[in-house]
Amino acid sequence: MTDAERVERLLRMALTPVEPPEALSDRLERGLSELTDAAVEELSEWELSTMRDPRNWARPAAAVVVGGLAAGGLVLVRARQQQRKRQASGLKALERSVREVAGDLEKRLRR
Amino acid sequence: MEQLQDKQRLDRDFAELYRAHLRDVYSYAYYRIGNHHDAEDLTEQTFLQAYRHFERAQRESNGRPLRPWLIRIAHNLAANYYRDRSRRPITQLEDAAILSAPHATEDMVEGREEVKEVLAGVSKLPDDRREALIMRFALDMDNREIARAMGRSEGATKVLIHRAIKQLEEGLSDD
Repeated sequence: MTDAERVERLLRMALTPVEPPEALSDRLERGLSELTDAAVEELSEWELSTMRDPRNWARPAAAVVVGGLAAGGLVLVRARQQQRKRQASGLKALERSVREVAGDLEKRLRR
Repeated sequence: MEQLQDKQRLDRDFAELYRAHLRDVYSYAYYRIGNHHDAEDLTEQTFLQAYRHFERAQRESNGRPLRPWLIRIAHNLAANYYRDRSRRPITQLEDAAILSAPHATEDMVEGREEVKEVLAGVSKLPDDRREALIMRFALDMDNREIARAMGRSEGATKVLIHRAIKQLEEGLSDD
């Protein structure tokens, strides 16, 4: 065995795949689901406030596309999440992520 | 109706991507950053960002696998992580690698010191070399995938990996 082969063998032993903690899967799926919920909620509020004005009737169509994508992304992932008990508190990073994405979505909807 | 079908297909594809590559992204993040806490944050950010851009990525992928794209997102976020916080990995890689390795033979016990030395060597490599090795050995990516993830040519990637292994080899023989 050459030195290079020996190093490669050691690298295979050393860099084994690392299983993500169960809590991360829960947190991630919750984060993505909250993102979905935020998009749907945002869309609903916006639609209610604007649909009375015919000048805005073209805009919900675009919003539906944006919201629809966000709302649908994790249907299958959520099925797993719903089997588990929801934890009461979210972590700061998650909240920040969701806020950022929701903020971005809000900007797009208001254009 | 057609839009709905497209969306349902997109949903399925994203869920599949998530399930297929959660471990890849987490492994990459862990070996790149060196601690579980930040690896979790990085993994989370990677999937949230992927979610936002998935439709476009899928459209532009022309049917190619999306794992390199996903790892590239993690790669960019990791770069921001270091830039923002002026940090280098505080490597405790031996915790993950040795504890998670399903080996228990005497040979493996004897090899632990060597594994530790290699891990220490990996943590001292320049970022691009370290990343290439993580992708190759922890994620089992081939040169083409690594090249796409790192935004390099396949030739340059092959050279990069060769040099990384050579550097490790020299480091081990010095010890």
